[in-house]
Amino acid sequence: MRLQYPENIRIVSIPCTGKVDLIHILRAFEKGADGVYVVGCLEGECRYIRGNLRARKRVEKAQAILESVGIGGERVQMYNLSSSEGPKFAEFATEMTEKIKGLGPNPIKLNKKKAA
Amino acid sequence: MIVAKQKPIEEIIEEVKDSKKLLILGCNECVTVCEAGGKKEVAVLASALRMYFMNKGQEITIDEHTLERQCDHEYLEEIRGNIDQYDAVLSLACGVGVQFMAEKYFNIPILPGVDTCFMGATEERGVWSERCQGCGKCVLAKTGGICPVSRCAKRLFNGPCGGSTKGHCEINKDVVCGWQLIIDRLKELGKLDDYETLAPIKDWSTERAGGPRKVVREDLQA
Ligand code: SF4
Ligand code: SF4
Repeated sequence: MRLQYPENIRIVSIPCTGKVDLIHILRAFEKGADGVYVVGCLEGECRYIRGNLRARKRVEKAQAILESVGIGGERVQMYNLSSSEGPKFAEFATEMTEKIKGLGPNPIKLNKKKAA
Repeated sequence: MIVAKQKPIEEIIEEVKDSKKLLILGCNECVTVCEAGGKKEVAVLASALRMYFMNKGQEITIDEHTLERQCDHEYLEEIRGNIDQYDAVLSLACGVGVQFMAEKYFNIPILPGVDTCFMGATEERGVWSERCQGCGKCVLAKTGGICPVSRCAKRLFNGPCGGSTKGHCEINKDVVCGWQLIIDRLKELGKLDDYETLAPIKDWSTERAGGPRKVVREDLQA
């Protein structure tokens, strides 16, 4: 199956979304990412039982932190799909890209440009 | 352990907002276990603060470091050679660590990044509850191993007040009645006779009522 998804997305593969830590998400924004989304297996279907549920909580924590420091919590999002749902993967990628386009670039980047 | 929780980020920002070069200093002991001020929390807070100030266009350097403990001279000394470059330190240790840092590094503001709450236990990940208030004269031998000072809202010593209802405290129905716990455990231990013995009036001079406290062990002193 060959599917198109927006080319602006950089994929970081990990064995389980439970590996995603809060600091990984925050560092991405610190370095200028405009948005981050985590795609995990369906809830209840994690091979490691709670990996994707943990990831969701970390995503929520990241949302709260980004909101409180003025970057905007809606720039982080958790998605779930089953491994056979390739089209959904592409759909999420498009949806997230559209959302971030609507929000505009990471405000840190804008400020850096202004300062330069 | 000493249980603490991180201050709201807005309050931390207010504390550090005039700093140009800030050190966020974690502690590897209690505050690491209660996930309020260990290496991980230092990294997350540093990242959040950097983003906040970058977004404001405000220049600030934020460094991260975590000591084994902040309540012992030997570990605090580790940063002596480095500390002068900072105009403030945000300590994520408990109130003891913050103060011990401040005593040692007298000319640098040492700011608290956590609210120190109590001495307690980890019931489960993410849930901590109080067990001891350091009254200086432990009565656990007489109370079935359950502390009436920290677990009874009124610090009663001779059984529950009239407000104890179905095992819960009258101050809040989510709080378990300390005396219910004591009686249940004494029953289990076959020591209900202990409950019948009148506890003498407690000497509170070993608690905070006697002013700041100190333990001196001459046999250990140099
Ligand atoms: S009786 Fe005093 S020392 Fe013992 S657990 Fe209670 S508060 Fe702590
Ligand atoms: S209800 Fe129990 S815990 Fe509450 S004040 Fe009375 S004896 Fe203490």
